[in-house]
Amino acid sequence: MTEKYDFSKPYAMPDERGHFGPYGGGYVAETLMLPIRELDAAYKRYLQDDEFLAELDADMQHYVGRPSPLYHAERWSRELGGAQIWLKREDLNHTGAHKINNTIGQALLAKRMGKKRIIAETGAGQHGVATATVAARLGLECVAYMGAVDVERQALNVYRMRLLGAEVVAVESGSRTLKDALNEALRDWVTNVDDTFYIIGTVAGPHPYPAMVRDFQAIIGRETRQQLQDRQGRLPDALVACVGGGSNAIGLYYPFIDDQGVAMYGVEAAGDGLQTGHHSAPLCAGRPGVLHGNRTYLMEDEDGEIIETHSISAGLDYPGVGPEHAWLKDMGRVDYVSITDDEALQGFHALTRMEGIIPALESSHALAYTMKLAPTMSKDQILVVNLSGRGDKDMHTIAQREGLKF
Amino acid sequence: MSRLAAKFAELSKTGRKALIPFVSAGDPNPDFTVPMLHAMVGAGADIIELGVPFSDPMADGPVIQRASERALSHKMSLRKVLQLVAQFRAQDPDTPLVLMGYLNPIEAMGYEAFANAAQRVEVDGVLTVDMPPEEAAEYVDLLKARDIDPIFLLAPNSEEQRIRHVNDVASGYLYYVSIKGVTGAGHLDTADVKTKLQQIRSCTDLPLAVGFGIKDAETAKTIARIGDGVVVGSALIDRIEANLDDPDAAREEIVSLLQSMRSAMDN
Repeated sequence: MTEKYDFSKPYAMPDERGHFGPYGGGYVAETLMLPIRELDAAYKRYLQDDEFLAELDADMQHYVGRPSPLYHAERWSRELGGAQIWLKREDLNHTGAHKINNTIGQALLAKRMGKKRIIAETGAGQHGVATATVAARLGLECVAYMGAVDVERQALNVYRMRLLGAEVVAVESGSRTLKDALNEALRDWVTNVDDTFYIIGTVAGPHPYPAMVRDFQAIIGRETRQQLQDRQGRLPDALVACVGGGSNAIGLYYPFIDDQGVAMYGVEAAGDGLQTGHHSAPLCAGRPGVLHGNRTYLMEDEDGEIIETHSISAGLDYPGVGPEHAWLKDMGRVDYVSITDDEALQGFHALTRMEGIIPALESSHALAYTMKLAPTMSKDQILVVNLSGRGDKDMHTIAQREGLKF
Repeated sequence: MSRLAAKFAELSKTGRKALIPFVSAGDPNPDFTVPMLHAMVGAGADIIELGVPFSDPMADGPVIQRASERALSHKMSLRKVLQLVAQFRAQDPDTPLVLMGYLNPIEAMGYEAFANAAQRVEVDGVLTVDMPPEEAAEYVDLLKARDIDPIFLLAPNSEEQRIRHVNDVASGYLYYVSIKGVTGAGHLDTADVKTKLQQIRSCTDLPLAVGFGIKDAETAKTIARIGDGVVVGSALIDRIEANLDDPDAAREEIVSLLQSMRSAMDN
């Protein structure tokens, strides 16, 4: 916490072996050392390869539907009485969230590397659906690991994945949620390492995943920058995004990190409230440790055992966070804040009623923080919030919370 | 000379190979562990690998995962494992003991505090599954300064350059993971193991222990012909799991399996 972000030097993280300061790195068992080195080499090679990039761009445009709109939420901005709020509409991507930006990229890498089998972990099921989607399209075998608890509460996405031809494995070990799905996917990978490509869904895991997933998601920030330049001729004053693992947030921030005038806010899930211990906010209330291949902030007990997390949003229900966020927090470049379940629901309803857009519960955390931040800013300032996903998948959760049954 | 080096030197003189049983500390309950360790030594174990339970054992198959869960349900922790080691040492000053687990409990305690505590209770080696040599400089220095051997894994896909790198930082012995997979997975292929061990030996003088997939006396005997040590874990924990309501029976069955392995390896 003593260092401060130095804007005089261009941002160049991570280092050669995936370190963001003390965070990140490659903490995996020996059998996975070779595959992560091979993946690193492939990622570095193809991100400089014109043919690969042309294929990626074409898929982003014609299959995903990019660029996603940057929408000026005028009515909501007036209502809140402060900054002009612009929504980056990742919810309008194919499959309904930002997740596909990454799965398209990794699946194209898998194809280049000659891997025939794709595995993935999934919490809410959005990453699993985005992975099953690209696997179907490329004719690759797909296995999605999902905690048994999540299989139950996200039945619709489980069905979607199965329709797309993926095998969904309910993980019964540990707390039977996202972290255990990740453990099981790592166990699969170590067992089938020769023919299998592991598509991690967020900016976590061992190097090169945090950097690679960021690079695939950075299209969010690049488009935002261009769109705002075209329409307003300027940079935004503030960026707001929700942070579970943190891939939609890093994707929005990354092209703006060197712009001193752009404030950044990352919104974690405070669940029932940070003071209750029932939350998923490692950056706000955790401490550094090592899990799933990287050093980062974690939710753990005093003995270093990982503790169970809680959030109304399954996509934020993870005890770790991408290592780059840990670094950006320590450097003071991004302010990490938190929003409770109840506040997130207010954000959900506000956008639905004011703008006719039903957001995902994950994104609703960013919207709820926007409701706090925008009124403190002036009317000529611009706040961009990443609307990372659409809310269709959450209808059941919200109805149940409000005592309704279909 | 460390206890581990002395043990391998002694075995080498008599032409015997090390039998290295693994159990998870605190499984099925904390009272079971220390008597079990003594009984394993009595049954012919040369070195003990004691598992430190972790909430997220990514490299372990279902048998050791469940062992960790049972231990954690009794609030087992790295601190308490070290207390168990102290109890073991009070009656057994000779048998080398290696802690095997994951990095985060050590991170939480702090590397230096852990190294000091491990030295106090006379731990001889530490094997941290998710700590590769690339990240391990500080950890290795702290352990070695206290005469604790940092033990590292090698796998079927470890390349020669990497084997040399691991050899540069490791001491005590190298643990060869005989299959691509998790602990307790399917059967290993002896011919493959033999070929790989030859390659590894060309890069190191450290003793080679072989683990993952060794379930019975027959396999132990085969591996003892080509390696310097035989690690058996999941097959023992299977016995604990089959006798959860009868710890005495679990202990007897483990002793009997180890005796049969010992005898097969020595003859």
